[in-house]
Amino acid sequence: MRILLTGLGTYFGSKLAQVLERERSVELVVGLDTREPVLPLEHTEYVKADSSFSILERIVTATRVDTVLHTHLVVDSTQASGRALHEANVIGTMNLLAAAGAAGSTVRKVVMKSSTLGYGANYTDPYFFREGTARSRAPRTRVERSLLEVGGIVGDFAEDNPHVTVTMLAFANILGEHLGSPIARMLRLPVVPEILGFDPRLQFVHEDDTIGALVYATLHDVAGVYNVAGAGTMPWSEVCSIVGKRRVPLPPFLTGLAVEPLRAARLVDIPPEILALLRYGRGVDTSRYREAGFRYQYTTAGAVDAFAQGLRLQSTVGRREYRYERDVENFFRHSPAVVRDRS
Amino acid sequence: MPLGWGHGFTVVMAPEPVDRTTTAARVLPDSRLAGGELVPVPKPAASGDDELRVGDVDGWGRSERVRAIARRLYDPLYRRWFRVEWEGLEHVPKEGGALLVGNHAGAIPSDAPVIMHGIETELGRPLYGLADNLFRLVPVVGTLWSRTGGVPAHPDNAYRLLHDEQQLALVFPEGTKGTGKHVSERYQLRRFGRGGFVEIAMRAGVPIVPLAIVGNEEAMPIVYKSGRLAKMLNIPYFPVTANQFVFGPMLGLVLPFPAKFRIKVLPPVHFDAAPNQERYNRSVVIDHSDRIRESIQNAVYDLLRERKSIWAG
Repeated sequence: MRILLTGLGTYFGSKLAQVLERERSVELVVGLDTREPVLPLEHTEYVKADSSFSILERIVTATRVDTVLHTHLVVDSTQASGRALHEANVIGTMNLLAAAGAAGSTVRKVVMKSSTLGYGANYTDPYFFREGTARSRAPRTRVERSLLEVGGIVGDFAEDNPHVTVTMLAFANILGEHLGSPIARMLRLPVVPEILGFDPRLQFVHEDDTIGALVYATLHDVAGVYNVAGAGTMPWSEVCSIVGKRRVPLPPFLTGLAVEPLRAARLVDIPPEILALLRYGRGVDTSRYREAGFRYQYTTAGAVDAFAQGLRLQSTVGRREYRYERDVENFFRHSPAVVRDRS
Repeated sequence: MPLGWGHGFTVVMAPEPVDRTTTAARVLPDSRLAGGELVPVPKPAASGDDELRVGDVDGWGRSERVRAIARRLYDPLYRRWFRVEWEGLEHVPKEGGALLVGNHAGAIPSDAPVIMHGIETELGRPLYGLADNLFRLVPVVGTLWSRTGGVPAHPDNAYRLLHDEQQLALVFPEGTKGTGKHVSERYQLRRFGRGGFVEIAMRAGVPIVPLAIVGNEEAMPIVYKSGRLAKMLNIPYFPVTANQFVFGPMLGLVLPFPAKFRIKVLPPVHFDAAPNQERYNRSVVIDHSDRIRESIQNAVYDLLRERKSIWAG
């Protein structure tokens, strides 16, 4: 199996490469990103490039990859401007799939990392979205619009390329000690915001299950859209008390205006899609991926508990990060001095 | 074995699982729970992470502890104020999913809390109340509504409750058309929606248990309705209730009259349609819906014939 991986510069991309390069059936991992990997990698090839079409097609042709793992969708709208978000999500996916579907392409499998953000959060919603359930209101935020657009592009690609196994995984809010989603950032604050009078049902997936789910889709043939989330939901108040944080209420009316000074003061940036979540919450039905054979390690409560444990560790020893050093990595990857025993 | 019942019954807050024999003894109508006790709730098989949780809120936002407090507070109202009497309670299944369907009335209807309180104390089974999702918009009220067993009446929610979790759910197909009736139209049942409740029960493969209720109309009768104010406030109806003349404009909006409640449970309606179908024959659905509405209407008339006094029953 020869894999092209986007988003190698994120924790997920790097971690995924780390897991995949240890798999016996995986021959090659080519990682693509503008940022350097954040974890030590043994023989994953890092290509510093953006997702423009010409580069991608050359890489696909040159490396004869058969699997494309697209982990580079931006779902945290605080991390990119609207334009950058559109470029990364919509244009990036379009280019990638164009390269994967080009004439003579060797690609036979595409795995996408998406988000349940695409379902929205509204008072008219069902309590557990199924994979086929449509949103109850049109999307208002940029990130949700771009995710829906990406869904359309991926659906078209799957239809046009019946010989390619296309999997799209919609992840619930991811929790883990290694990453900073808007929710995780809120839970790291000394006091955690809530909307007065609302205590929404939330659902989380642990970062290890996120990696596991992507690896599972890569190594098995599971075509279609799947929700990925820990079993059960948990009210925001309970999440906060497990993490051991007090809550401060935001006003239930004009909440969007109320968070503006917090953002300006760089205290916390709560984007509108997260405010909607703090008001109405969201749950998804997870039976489909389980029926496809995937086994979770964490439930929603388990993910919250593991996150709380990580926070406690970090409050004592701080966050440990790996710094990528190009020459060291190149040495490990290419030097004949390194004994490469993969068995 | 339907999903969600893998672990059998557990009494919330009690560390040891209660076996089925003890539970069976508890659900007999004569072993009435005093209002504040906890109802044994079947746990979804998938979770099993209870030791990590600090609360007891389930996937529907319902908390048995909050429910127990609500029952303790509501018990005097149930027993002394409304003096609720049941007939045919044996028709409510002791296990497995079922959709309870009743007639709906009163500006702020008392029938839903009365039925939920009654089923839970008499049968020891949790009952989820399906209602308008407008509750979710209101701060504090929406959260309390959800903690005390309210669930938005979305078809997917109803299906999951009834089919996947084999729970009891309560629905009033008349919706706000029933509660928004003028006092002169009392006990004239409104249209039962478009029969969606029948379709859900068919899809979930559960029976419908019709309930005929009297007393709910007189608990809070509407004497005047302002269409213009309702439109301005964007609510289904703007009532002036008889209670407001007696108790004052504010208290009269929340305090019902002590009308005697009598609830008659009719034999369950089973459907021969195959469950889990994409769609069901509309005329069959409407036909069943009309028949169920008719049977409730007739049972309401029977109860009214037997009733000698609104207040004494």
